[in-house]
Amino acid sequence: MKIDATQPLEYGTEENRNRIFGFWLFLGAEIALFATLFTVYFVLVNRYASGPSGAEIFELTPVLLETFLLLTSSFTIGLAIHAMRLGLKKQTMMFIVITLLLGAAFLGIEIYEFFTYVHEGLTLSTSAFASSLFTLLGTHGAHVAFGLLWGSVILIQLKKHGLDHSTANKSFIFSLYWHFLDVVWIFIFSFVYLKGLM
Amino acid sequence: MKWDEFFVTGDPLIYGAMVSIVLVSLAILFGLTYYKKWGYLWREWLTTVDHKKIGVMYIICALLMLFRGGVDALLMRAQTAAPEMKFLDAQHYNEIFTTHGVIMILFMAMPFIFGLMNVIVPLQIGARDVAFPKLNAISFWLFFAGAMLFNISFIIGGSPDAGWSAYFPLASIEFSPTVGNNYYSLSLQISGIGTLLTGVNFIVTILKMRAPGMTLMRMPMFTWSVLITCLIIIFAFPVLTIALLLMMFDRLFGSQFFTMANGGMDMLWANLFWVWGHPEVYIVILPAFGIFSEIISTFARKNLYGYTSMVMSMVVISALSFLVWAHHFYTMGQGAMVNGFFSITTMAIAVPTGVKIFNWLFTLHKGRISFTTPMLYSLAFIPIFTIGGVTGVMLAMASADYQYHNTMFLVAHFHYVLIPGAVFAVIAGFHYWFPKVFGFRLNERLGKMAFWFIAISFNVTFFPMFFLGLQGMTRRTYTYSEETGFGPLNLLSMIGAIGLAIGFILLVYNIYWSTRYQPRDKTGDPWDARALEWSTPSPVPVYNFAVTPKVKGRDAFWFAKKNNEPLSDEKITKIHMPSNTGKPFVLGVAFFFLGFFLVFSWWTPSIIAGIAVLIILATMSFERDHGYYIPAEEIVQTEQKLRGDTV
Amino acid sequence: MFLSVVLLLSGCSSLTVLDPKGPAARTLSDTIIFSILMMIGVLVVVYVLYIYMLTKYRARKSNEGYEPPHEEGNIWLEITWTAIPIIIVAILSVVTVKTTVAVENVPEGYESQKPLVIYASSSNWKWHFSYPEEGIETVNYVNIPTHRPIEFRLYSFGTITSFWIPQLHGQKYAMSDMITKLNMVAEEPGSMMGRNANFNGEGFAHMEFEALAMSAPEYEKWVDDVKATAPELTEDEFNKLLNTAHVGRMTFSSTHLEFSPPPEEGHHHGSGGDHSSDESPDTEHDGHHGQDEHDNHDEQDSHDGH
Repeated sequence: MKIDATQPLEYGTEENRNRIFGFWLFLGAEIALFATLFTVYFVLVNRYASGPSGAEIFELTPVLLETFLLLTSSFTIGLAIHAMRLGLKKQTMMFIVITLLLGAAFLGIEIYEFFTYVHEGLTLSTSAFASSLFTLLGTHGAHVAFGLLWGSVILIQLKKHGLDHSTANKSFIFSLYWHFLDVVWIFIFSFVYLKGLM
Repeated sequence: MKWDEFFVTGDPLIYGAMVSIVLVSLAILFGLTYYKKWGYLWREWLTTVDHKKIGVMYIICALLMLFRGGVDALLMRAQTAAPEMKFLDAQHYNEIFTTHGVIMILFMAMPFIFGLMNVIVPLQIGARDVAFPKLNAISFWLFFAGAMLFNISFIIGGSPDAGWSAYFPLASIEFSPTVGNNYYSLSLQISGIGTLLTGVNFIVTILKMRAPGMTLMRMPMFTWSVLITCLIIIFAFPVLTIALLLMMFDRLFGSQFFTMANGGMDMLWANLFWVWGHPEVYIVILPAFGIFSEIISTFARKNLYGYTSMVMSMVVISALSFLVWAHHFYTMGQGAMVNGFFSITTMAIAVPTGVKIFNWLFTLHKGRISFTTPMLYSLAFIPIFTIGGVTGVMLAMASADYQYHNTMFLVAHFHYVLIPGAVFAVIAGFHYWFPKVFGFRLNERLGKMAFWFIAISFNVTFFPMFFLGLQGMTRRTYTYSEETGFGPLNLLSMIGAIGLAIGFILLVYNIYWSTRYQPRDKTGDPWDARALEWSTPSPVPVYNFAVTPKVKGRDAFWFAKKNNEPLSDEKITKIHMPSNTGKPFVLGVAFFFLGFFLVFSWWTPSIIAGIAVLIILATMSFERDHGYYIPAEEIVQTEQKLRGDTV
Repeated sequence: MFLSVVLLLSGCSSLTVLDPKGPAARTLSDTIIFSILMMIGVLVVVYVLYIYMLTKYRARKSNEGYEPPHEEGNIWLEITWTAIPIIIVAILSVVTVKTTVAVENVPEGYESQKPLVIYASSSNWKWHFSYPEEGIETVNYVNIPTHRPIEFRLYSFGTITSFWIPQLHGQKYAMSDMITKLNMVAEEPGSMMGRNANFNGEGFAHMEFEALAMSAPEYEKWVDDVKATAPELTEDEFNKLLNTAHVGRMTFSSTHLEFSPPPEEGHHHGSGGDHSSDESPDTEHDGHHGQDEHDNHDEQDSHDGH
């Protein structure tokens, strides 16, 4: 394995560079995936049949809170990578833990939101609008949930092996994933919630 | 659920299939045990991460699926060979044309192409393997899980019956209450993940792992076509994944995306399906163009004419392929202007395609053409595909399409595109690269016999369908009356179909015969070909290239041969290789069960299988494989043995 | 291939699509024949080049040892075979847009006449034809007067179907949540095949109807006869009809449009807003495949009468 010492740890080997590039491509596919979901949502947003519309059920406070949590977590995962580049294992792990906790809190509020919607008479089968809303939010939420598991797996590896080419690479890719989820959420926040409340 | 609902009952054809499946499975189990091959199977195949072996497994599956889909086709032709036939009932016929379409496109054409690109692309760019060998194995086993899940549907629970395009509301739980379309949704989702990962893997491989000196514009045309195909995959397959996910939600969880009440929109499905569906056509056709380019240039003994315009035309085709989807439903009432737009974008595709045809013709110009089996398929492709192309332009005209749509004319058109454009290509590629993988050529006499059967019978089968369409025969019609006058041409088509079947049987017999009797090839380059894959010994050793070649131009190997220069003057050193792993296979099994349980809405088992998938993924993440080294002496020995001690 | 060409020459009239009985179908037939001729031109060029290359440059004993030259390409040749197809495509594009607009509208020369509106709706594997003007309804056959523009308004009580009378016009989809329209004129009296062209399940193969064109006086007489002799179509009977898979011909002296109005016209993308407008028009959905299970629980609730 050729190691390039001039590069940061996560870019250090050819395999690592390939993985990061490959993950960017994967994110390209994820963009296509969420773009499709957004399209479906925009096509169906006014087809709420006899159920409630977005304006009737959206509430700004929990959504703002969710946005705050996820944006902060995007910041903390950035700090984790910064610490990793400085070779600080403990701090890296600490920031990842904070990121995951923020993510978990986000997910908690989202689940609470879902319960509220159901309580107010909006379920997956209420209307085409409801189906597209739950699917869009749910797919994002499922990504966050998967991220929580993935992040935990990486944490264990960091603990076991410390910072090396493999764990640094994984942490970095995980941070890309996490930033991506944040970007998707900004779109959801703007085009689903803010637009829906207007 | 009762057992007689679980298994498909009541049809003697299906009982026959069940019995034969059980017998074949028992025979395989017995054979493996008797010859003590379980260990061999596990070590050499199920756990392999070698791109060549993965490629071979793809191709074996594709050949099996070709026969499954082919039998479907024969049954359809038999049922419609004469008016008022009573061979199949409507339901059975509907299931058969649905599975025929899905299998031929997604479980035959795609894996065949994936197989060839797995075997060849790393060799053409001078790489040791793909960028992510383990991910490659995962891709294969997910494809395999999806294919198996789809195929068991006809004995367990019933096959999908709403056409391969599964239009809503017909495919909804209301009009298709059996589990058939659940199979459709889940198996395609599972294999679709595999496809997407393959796309990522090969883009990284091609962009990052080329041998020194091989710039993008020096790559062989097949590699170029694969690169562009993979880009299409990355942007098209997520659309299918979402469409299928929404379908699954509608069918299993009562969501209202495509339903008729509560705001659901059936037209949305058609749009999503074809936003993926049309690029999908190019996913199978562009690599075919690449294969033909390699073969035509090899057997004309000339470099490919107009290399740059060949690349450009593929780029243009791939971009246009995302802008034409509505031509699949001009008749949905979107108005003359929208239809006009899609007509023009669709016809525009004819321009870059025409450029390619003329470039191939001019590659032949001033060449010295030898008519080998792979070349015959490639040459037959040109006139037949041109008919497919010009009828495509005719269909692209929205007004005229009001008369062609949903008729046998359309069926004739897309078979004229896909059979020469995809099937001929993979068969040509199969014959062409077979000696690279197995170390001997397929027999030319048998190969040519099969070719003539296939090429002639193909036209006998499908040319009459153009006329059936103009006579007003709709597609997917399981029976018709005497007065319609559709009988004679359908009978002709049936005769052609029998010829096609004979051709394919000859093809398989050729594999058997050649394995036993063909002389071994020691040169590694039996066709006197041009690209880097022919510079390795055959069968290709696990490490591909003893030393990484250095590339100075296009057709690097050809000029190395002519100028008598070695491709590299470096010494053989030890080579790092990835270790085998069984986890991709286990992951495939877990996905299979996840899909199967979801098809039947068995929630608890589904959750367990889902957790199993997550656990396997986590253990994969924990795995720290450092691979192994092949020592230099061993490489020298292998090279000497394979090249017949000439090195 | 040869055999088929012979068939084409000998039996053009058997090709329904190329045997039009009205202006819309004639426009389409002319378009098709025009495009076939253009495409034969393309084929001839490709085939001539192809045969030339294969015969002239095949490997023979006599040219053994011949080493083909290295050719990168020729920019002028490549421009030629890009430009000519572009011209062909441009010509075809103009033809396409013109003819598409033409067949979407009332045929030329008939614009001044008031069109006869007929609602053609599909359910399972039947066609219902409602004549709101005359107040009559037929099932699985449609009679029309010649030389008068007919406006078919299409919709479906279930799966997507495609309404097609090849000798009068191309096809168009009938769907559950919007109306689509087909304008046509029959210029010759006579019986024509009509059918659903879009696969929609088990009974698809038999989903045919007869379109009978007759002179205006004959048509008037037929309408009067129906009004005098046919029974009324009640809501109950219509619901029963919807849930039957196949029926023969039927005739009624009233339409279902009164108690089961058709969906709105045009696309609904992103529109909507008030709660009722986007609902499914049909007051009940057919039971699956129209067999015994009548799933009518949502009979009354899904429509609130706009």
